[in-house]
This record gives sequence, structure tokens and C-alpha cells, in this order.
Amino acid sequence: MTMQYNPAIKGLRVAVTGGTSGLGLALVRRLTAAGARVAFVARSAADVERTATETGAVGIVGDVGRKDDIYPMALQITGNLGGLDVLINNASTLGPTPLVLLADTECEHLEEALSVNVVGPFRLTKALYGALASSARDGRGGTVVNISSDAALNAYPEWGAYGASKAALRHMTSIWDEESRDAGIRFLSVDPGDMDTPLHALADPDSDPSTLKRPADSAAEVIDAVLTAHPNNNVATHGVRS
Amino acid sequence: MIAAHLPDRKSGRLLAVDADGGIQHLCRADLSTLFRSGDLVVANDAATLPASLHGQHRPTGEPVEIRLAAFVTAGDPTRFLAIAFGAGDYHTLTENRAKPPMLSPGDHLLLGPLVAVVESVLDHPRLLKLRFQGESSEILAGLAQHGRPIQYAHVPAPLPLWDVWTSLAAEPFAFEAPSAGFALDWQTLTTWQRRGIELATLTHAAGISSTGDTDLDARLPFDEPYIIPGNTAAAIRRTRARGGRVIAIGTTVVRALEAAATTHGTVHPGNGVARGRIGPETRLRVTDTILTGMHEPGESHFELLRAFTDDPVLHSVHQTAVERRYRTHEFGDSLLIERRNAA
Repeated sequence: MTMQYNPAIKGLRVAVTGGTSGLGLALVRRLTAAGARVAFVARSAADVERTATETGAVGIVGDVGRKDDIYPMALQITGNLGGLDVLINNASTLGPTPLVLLADTECEHLEEALSVNVVGPFRLTKALYGALASSARDGRGGTVVNISSDAALNAYPEWGAYGASKAALRHMTSIWDEESRDAGIRFLSVDPGDMDTPLHALADPDSDPSTLKRPADSAAEVIDAVLTAHPNNNVATHGVRS
Repeated sequence: MIAAHLPDRKSGRLLAVDADGGIQHLCRADLSTLFRSGDLVVANDAATLPASLHGQHRPTGEPVEIRLAAFVTAGDPTRFLAIAFGAGDYHTLTENRAKPPMLSPGDHLLLGPLVAVVESVLDHPRLLKLRFQGESSEILAGLAQHGRPIQYAHVPAPLPLWDVWTSLAAEPFAFEAPSAGFALDWQTLTTWQRRGIELATLTHAAGISSTGDTDLDARLPFDEPYIIPGNTAAAIRRTRARGGRVIAIGTTVVRALEAAATTHGTVHPGNGVARGRIGPETRLRVTDTILTGMHEPGESHFELLRAFTDDPVLHSVHQTAVERRYRTHEFGDSLLIERRNAA
């Protein structure tokens, strides 16, 4: 699958967390190449600078696991993009690495997994909910994609902190999707599969990368899911507010 | 995410004035039961900028606080109309704040990671135009990192950004919170929607509400840009055609709608600027009802209410609000006024 201009994506205002590596970086590359207006968030200023320079997307330095970073992120996302149509909560942490049994998991590691993988997406979504609802009222739709995992559904030993956090995120996504229909906002969980990413290498250092999905392929699937959920497939025909 | 130092927004009270001047004492939670199918609620969806910036006046080394007060060009984060203060912060009443150092065009202001250049000092030593150095994205990052919400001495603890964003807050476009919107939560909005009450929004650059200087305060509100989406203009047209009422959430919505209205009450979509004050002489062309905070006689917000109802009614509203200890200020209780029936 090649990255190319896509009229269904042109002008779409998208925010991606964890946008400097793995699936997040693949999403930022693919979305910008297709003509979307993208803002991404990551913790390392150097990585943010590099990805911003490479893709032309707006880079924002911040940590979704830190409460005090959330509103400054939201301010920069909506300020730079002039609103928001799609939020992709992609940033996540494994918790303890190497992976350990729950009985050996430090409470702090579980808390970290919950704060980055559940509470962070909740906070950022809440901060951006008004912008997404505004987009929906404008007929541009409002979509939140929460990146899930098969660990949210299956009880894999040693994936306790990550799996519990992803299960919580997945359930929160379902409930929010029920509650937000009146506001015109859709919530999706997307499981991108086992990808050749730094996070996967940390979790499973012995796996053969050639057996894993390329993040670019998963990114294409995430974008397809967004477009399928979108109320129409040509946002470019709608007026863009100045 | 309501901080403990603020009054609980949900449990706020609601003083409601009907079109005959009758007064009712309600809870804010009762809002969802008010209005009729076919009515339209219009709210301001501007998010609030962290518009207070502390730093240093480079030529003198003196401390300054800069409060961004209005856009020079709507939505452009590089240039602003601003109010300057000297040493100190919001804990001091604005009228007692130290004067800023003497500012001259070309002076640099070092504001955390941001550098602003004084473009001009207007006809008051506290009122200036400034331009931030750098790209828009760098300026937004600097504001996000270093800026604080503008606040006043009646709330002692520093306000985080989440306390000044309403549930509907979308693009950062306001300099102080469009605070009437604090009364709305998503439960209320959903209940209205299910009862056939429509919601529409506009985006209005709610400006600074107080400078502490009598001469400057007399000029408030400054010219405030707004954006009215096509869907909102269409919703107003539909509402009027079916005999529904247009309910404005806050004075900023009244200012934007009335500025955008033709003499026949048609509201055109697009960008505009709300200028001047609304008061007893203003003939309202669009808005039938306003939800706002509790305001004191003499404030420009109170003057605006005189366009909705007559002075004896406002006088008794004020008296009963004082007697019953309704809370004033942006985090206080709510006031709902239906436009007075023609006598």
C-alpha cells in the first residue's frame, strides 16, 4: 500500500498521540501524505522536531500520562488545526518491561499503565470533546479512535498491566460511543494487530519481525476505519471555518 | 474536574425572570426542564486562551504582567491588543495594581519562552499592541506552557485551564471564559435535544472584563470578533419560522447575534465584529431569552440586561439576589431573563 493523496482525507483535522514511533508515526506519515492536517503529540522534544520536519505535521511536546499536560495539548491541537475532526489515542505503555506476572507487578507500574492507556485518553478526549462536537455540528463528523489490542480481550499471562488497561479503554470506548451519539461523535476501538514496533520489541524481544505486520499497513486500516465511520466521505466539500 | 476552591457549578442556583417580570428561584439542574420543543439554544463554543503572561520589560528589567485582551486579526495568535500591569499578580485587586514600566514601540517583553515586541502604545499607558516573535505554532506552544488564565482576586487559588473551559469549548478564541456556558453540561444538552430543543453555537472572542482602570473600563467591551457558522444561521431561521424562541447562553452570544442581525432579524453566517454596548436603547432583533451570571448594576453586562427587561424588574432582581445571597462573578449562580412582553 503506497502513501498517496486521498480526497476523502484532504483537509481532515486529525490529532495523533504517540506520533513519533511505531503505529503513531506511520499514521502521521500516511495522513499528511494523503492531505490531512495533522497535529501529533510525543514526549521527546527531539523526536517531535524530527517527525514534524519530516512530515510537515504540527508537533506538540507532552505526556498523555501527565494531567497538567492535557489542556496545553488540547489548546495547541485545536489552535493549530482550527478545530478537530478526528482524535487518535495511540500512545500507550506496556507497564513493567520485561513483562512480568501480575503477582510480580509493582503497583506503580500498573498505575502508570492505567494513567497512560486509560486516564490519559479519557482526559484528552474530554478536553477535546467540545471541539469534536463542534465539528459534528458543522457536518464534518467527530471521531475518536482508541487503539486497542487483542490483549484487551484475551488473558495472556504476563500482559496483566497492559491487558487490564486496554480492556478498560476498550469498554470505556464502547460506553462513550453509546453516550455521544446525540452529540454526533463516534468512538471506535481498533486493534492494529501484532506490529513490528519498538513497543512490541520491548514486550517480545525474541519475535521474528518478518512475521509481524508493518505499522504502515495497520495505519492504513485505522484510517479506513475512520473513513467508514465518518458521516460522509468528502469533508473537503464542507466549508472550513477561518 | 472542578477544583475544590471553586463553587460547585452543578449545584448552582438559577434566578429566572419571565416575560411578565415574575421571578422564580430554581436550581441550575432545573435548566434541562425549561424551554419548549422548537426553541433554540445558542452558546459560545470558544475555548479560553491562557491570556495572562508574566515576565520582564527588557529595557528596564522591571516585572510586567501582560493580559491579552483582543485579537488584532481574528484568530491570529501573533498580534494582540493587550493590557499591561507592573509587579504583582491577580491576588491584588486590579484597581490597586502597580503601573507597568513606561512602554515604547520596539520594546521587548520577555514572557517565559515567548518574546513580544511592543508595536504601539495606544492612547493609554496600559494599553498596547504587541507582536510575538516566531511562528504561530511556537506562539501557541509558548502560551500553552507559560500562559495562565486571566483571573481576579476573588478566586485566590491559581486557575488551571480546565476550570475556564466550558463543556462546549472548542477552538481557543476567548480571552476570558464565556462563563454563562459553565451552567451547561452534556446531560442538560442531551435532555434538551431529546425534548426537541435545538443547540447551535457560534464562536465569539469574549474579551477582558476588567482592567482596574476607570478610563479603560469605560471602553469595555473592546471590539470582539465572532464567527457564525452556516448551520447556526439556518437554525435561527428555522426557529423563527416555527415561532420558537432563541435563547442566548451569555452576553457574548447576544452581542454576536445582534451584531450579525439585519433589521428584520435575519442572521447572516460568517465572520464579523461585535462593536459597542447593548443597553436599554437597543432593540433586540434575534434573542428572546438570555442565560447569564449575576451582574452588578453599572457593569456593562448589567447594562445589556436592560435591553431584555425594564429597570423596575432588574431592580427587584438585584434586590432579591442580594437578599438571598446569590453568588456573583464568573463562577457564581445563573440568571435567566425572558425578553419583556411589550406593554
